[in-house]
Amino acid sequence: MYSQAVTIQNVTGLHARPATQFVKLAATFQSQISISTPDKNGDAKSILMVLSLGIAQGTQVKITAEGNDEKTAVESLVELIQSGFNQ
Amino acid sequence: MIFRGSPVSVGIATAPAYLYKKEPIVIDYTQILPDQEEDELMIFSAALDLSIAQMTKLRAKAYERLGESAAEIIDAQIMIVSDPSLYTDVENEIRTGHIRAAVAVEHVIQRYIIAFSEIADEYLRERAADIKDVGMRILRNLLKLPPTGLGLLDLEVIVVAQDLSPSDTIMLDKSYIKGLATDVGGRTSHAAILARALEIPAVLGLKNITELVSHGETIILDGGAGLVLSNPTPKEIQEYSAKKEQEQTGRKALEELRFLPADTLDGHKVHIVANIGSPDDIEAVVHHGGEGVGLYRTEFLFMKSDHLPTEEEQFQAYKVVAKKMAGKPTIIRTIDIGGDKKLPCFKMPIELNPFLGWRAIRICLDEPAIFKEQLRAILRASVFGALLIMYPMISGISELRKANAILAEAKAELQAKGIPFDTNIKVGVMIEIPAAALTADCLIKEADFFSIGTNDLCQYALAVDRMNEKISDLYQPFHPGVLRLIKTVIDTAHANGKVTGMCGEMAGDPLAAALLLGLGLDEFSMSASLIPEVKKVIRTLSVKGAQEIAECAMGMETHEEIATYLKKVSNDLASSS
Repeated sequence: MYSQAVTIQNVTGLHARPATQFVKLAATFQSQISISTPDKNGDAKSILMVLSLGIAQGTQVKITAEGNDEKTAVESLVELIQSGFNQ
Repeated sequence: MIFRGSPVSVGIATAPAYLYKKEPIVIDYTQILPDQEEDELMIFSAALDLSIAQMTKLRAKAYERLGESAAEIIDAQIMIVSDPSLYTDVENEIRTGHIRAAVAVEHVIQRYIIAFSEIADEYLRERAADIKDVGMRILRNLLKLPPTGLGLLDLEVIVVAQDLSPSDTIMLDKSYIKGLATDVGGRTSHAAILARALEIPAVLGLKNITELVSHGETIILDGGAGLVLSNPTPKEIQEYSAKKEQEQTGRKALEELRFLPADTLDGHKVHIVANIGSPDDIEAVVHHGGEGVGLYRTEFLFMKSDHLPTEEEQFQAYKVVAKKMAGKPTIIRTIDIGGDKKLPCFKMPIELNPFLGWRAIRICLDEPAIFKEQLRAILRASVFGALLIMYPMISGISELRKANAILAEAKAELQAKGIPFDTNIKVGVMIEIPAAALTADCLIKEADFFSIGTNDLCQYALAVDRMNEKISDLYQPFHPGVLRLIKTVIDTAHANGKVTGMCGEMAGDPLAAALLLGLGLDEFSMSASLIPEVKKVIRTLSVKGAQEIAECAMGMETHEEIATYLKKVSNDLASSS
């Protein structure tokens, strides 16, 4: 299992297009991936789960993956968040 | 009868009402036997596949007719249908509750709708509509019902509905659907966004219009005013038809000059720029032909956050703005909190007179760490575009010097670390306190530009609380006292070879344009949607003519006289052009 914490940078938070990009990227990995906020937790490959976490800008989230590509998965997702979703 | 709602898409329409109601879906709630579970799961899978196939077609149609942003709405829905947790949730429901797939879908969708409606975010609450829409589609496919929609309409109507789902809206054919009126919804609903994209006049949030208007009766819809009239008299129909024609000609003329420069008849150039509160507003700035940003209100970034945005978070936001503005000048105003603007993440004292209290630059100078963090973020972003810095609520030269000293420290820190920034970044003072206007000659020696914030300048000069309705008639930007302050500021900047902009409401008032041009204002900054109107006025004037108008107005004694005079000037200009 591998995990990393990251703060959501972009102003809209993990909504709309950023959420879609995030889930699409998560789905490309084989590992089980979850995203958690201080009080909630959800499947990173589920748009419904990710959106219902209601993650706003400035929230610190933890990305955790378990599987053969866990490290790459977490690092790529963290990088996407840090890039501010290329906005 | 008149109905009032949110004006979400401009335009006027007169047509028969088409009452769009969805017939209720009948679901079989009886329990199933354990050996039927697999069948139900198969039916569910097939319904998901069919839904995805339908939506893929819809996506293509949406892309072709409405472009990428409409297609993205459908994309989000396709993702929901393909969501693995939707499938497992429904599967669990079927297996543990021994219920039919349709009942399970209904339960699961309802749960997500509730979860989304509880999120304190308008955008996400609207996403509940996506889930509802997707749920209805899956249900109809499960029950083998034909698809619904407005795509089959073939006569001119105004659609009156309780609510319109994204799939309903994307099917709208502009040649038949002349207007949209709904009981619920607001400016950020899908229906609103798509109505604007399709340029269909729309009024949403009319509460109970579906109960009070009957199918087929002629109604009038005014999308700009947010009105719907049922049972119109022949006179009203005639009036609105005239208004529609006028609106159309007016809009067309404005559209045409959107990207023309704001030059006067005699070739003098002024800058017409926009006020923004977030990077999301830039699209509108570009759309309306704004030549830059005259005021970026950074406090909204702070107000939306549950903590003070870090330097890095601020840097990201300012960088987006700098990049999106692509080299066009962008004035970033350092945080202007206090007064009526509170931060969730920053404790402020309760004050008797908050507008005369601890606000804006006063807070920044008392909390230099917060201020310097913002200045470093702006400086770092300055290499990605043409950024300028502006301090709000400066009352005199001492504050300007203190602010500039902190800016110098921020620059030195970045330099020491080898972080690049625009070393020639321009720094301006927002003039909104009468004492600052009167000492403009001192301020301009240590600043690069002025920008007049007329809203506060007017409230402070006239001692009128702009939130107090009892004295709202005393709040008069055309008061000769206010105008003299404005003139002093502009003249002082010019005498020192520097420029003055204006970023208050007055700058976007077409009535004030001639006067301000005549006083020599260099930059007009306003809400993006007001740009074409002001540009139109500027383009009908000559500097000499405007100077004469200003001279005449400055010689008057009351705001009533000045307002009447400027209205007359405006009418004369409109009829001569």
